[in-house]
Amino acid sequence: MSEAYLKKEPCLLEVQGLKMLFPTGGSILGKNKRYVHAVDGVSFSLRAGETLGIVGESGCGKSTVGNLIVRLLKETEGRILFDGHDITAMSARQFKPLRKEMQMVFQDPFSSLNPRKKVFDIIAEPYHIQTKMSSAEIRKNVEYMMELVGLDKSYQNRYPHEFSGGQRQRIGIARALALKPKLVICDEPVSALDVSIQAQILNLLKDLQEELQLTYIFIAHGLPTVQYISDRIAVMYLGKIMELAPERELFEHTMHPYTEGLLDAIPVGDPTKRDEEDKPILEGDLPSPLNLPKGCRFCSRCKYAQQICAQKEPELAEVTPGHYVCCHFPLIASEEKKSE
Amino acid sequence: MKQIKRFFKLLLRSSTGTAGMVIVILICLCAVFAGQLAPHDPNAMDLTNMTKPPAWMEGGDWSHVLGTDNLGRDILSRMLYGSQISLVVGILATLTSGAVGMVLGLVSGYYGGVTDHVIMRVADAFYAIPGILLALVTLMVFKSSGIVTLVLVIAAISWVQYARLIRSEVLRLKGKEFVKASKTLGASSGYIIFHHILPNVWPSFIVVSTMSVAGSIITEASLSFLGVGIQAPLISWGGMLSDGRVLLATHWWVATFPGIMITVAILGITFLGNWLRDVLDPHNKGL
Repeated sequence: MSEAYLKKEPCLLEVQGLKMLFPTGGSILGKNKRYVHAVDGVSFSLRAGETLGIVGESGCGKSTVGNLIVRLLKETEGRILFDGHDITAMSARQFKPLRKEMQMVFQDPFSSLNPRKKVFDIIAEPYHIQTKMSSAEIRKNVEYMMELVGLDKSYQNRYPHEFSGGQRQRIGIARALALKPKLVICDEPVSALDVSIQAQILNLLKDLQEELQLTYIFIAHGLPTVQYISDRIAVMYLGKIMELAPERELFEHTMHPYTEGLLDAIPVGDPTKRDEEDKPILEGDLPSPLNLPKGCRFCSRCKYAQQICAQKEPELAEVTPGHYVCCHFPLIASEEKKSE
Repeated sequence: MKQIKRFFKLLLRSSTGTAGMVIVILICLCAVFAGQLAPHDPNAMDLTNMTKPPAWMEGGDWSHVLGTDNLGRDILSRMLYGSQISLVVGILATLTSGAVGMVLGLVSGYYGGVTDHVIMRVADAFYAIPGILLALVTLMVFKSSGIVTLVLVIAAISWVQYARLIRSEVLRLKGKEFVKASKTLGASSGYIIFHHILPNVWPSFIVVSTMSVAGSIITEASLSFLGVGIQAPLISWGGMLSDGRVLLATHWWVATFPGIMITVAILGITFLGNWLRDVLDPHNKGL
């Protein structure tokens, strides 16, 4: 799994110029409609077996990207190629068999399980929808899945509310993996859990990846979780990827001021290492995605902003091999780091 | 078997629930066995025994326990037969309006868009007219007052509450991640509605239906009281109230006993409904 991006693994997923605009306001006749630019031109590709982390503040469109890939939403523009097939051009019927290949683990373990279904029925649902297995086969498979995610199979007749958050998330993972998908989109799978449980679930996801050769898109709002599990990390801001780099590269040679801000926001565990003078780099709030600023969308919060930043929007460009940055002055951040 | 045992265990834990259940069962028994229980023919007039007071009052006797009305008909017998009409109308009206409201609410909430707009605006229109008025006018225009017409009219004025309730529940459930998960698995709308939406809508539906039986009984009684509901020779509690109204000052028992019956029945059904709401709440573990 590790560093699969360096090997010449086949490309599993390719996202090209993905855009998602949500109409808002206006009358029912369609006058004065305005659009929220939830995802505003996102492109990346993913090799089989690797884990791409997507981070960003709430509202930056990271979950929307996940929902677009599994076709919970219909994109406004752009293409998604899965295993070479353009899934954006497919009808729901054509796409149904492909759904087996990509599944999602959800954020809220309390809303992701139907409270009126038993664990067995929850994990059996994928088989009912996608296969014609006999009930004996389904039982065997469900028990195998429960074992795989570390749930005792004696729990199968219990209801979700009898479980803790971590156990519920395991049930959700079992359901997502039941059909042996290739791609699993983890939409903030640990952010609703206790810190002690987070590590367990992350380790479980890592182990399962190795065992089942899974490819992950791991969505989170903080860098530390993503760092732990990802091979590459994409940093999103207001619907766009600001920086995309291999995990180590991103942390050691940060190029985008926003990434620098996110890194700065990670709390320091050791109080003696804390810098009293240290002012947070990131201040203020996100601009409204309804009226995006002209020029670079980060420039209102960027301490390195120059005149050009407010006028011309930068493009995501490969600055060093494998390291993409969307900034007019990408090196400023890293140079300043070196001089420190 | 285990479920039934559990049901009764839960029921006995609540005093109002038990009371409601007992009342409802008693009324059902009255309705079913009215023929056996009634001491007299409910429509038999006895001009020698007009406006006889209840047995415990001066002038009363035990052959007419609750007395007779101004035509000498036995009030107890009439009340027993009246429970048949009240229950039949109440249950049928609830089933009809429940079915209509359920389907429209599901469609409206699940599919949204223009369908939702149209259904909800029609519902608003129905809601804007006072129910009894609408029923009165309809019944007068169609000049028919059989049970079927009455049921349809009551259903027409009460489906809106179901449609609204179900719609809001569906909207709430539609956004849940387990529905999303089902969609990413490729489930059809039908599968999602039957496996995920309905089982979660069911409890509130049952509670509202129970309450609505009470509402329908009241509406039927009101319409019969106003003279457009159940017509003689069929007997309804509302009709008995209406007959007794003019005698209220002199012969109070003619109107009072059917009135008490209506109150007790409504109270019992409401108690039962409240208890069901508590029990079916997912946080109370459900049944």
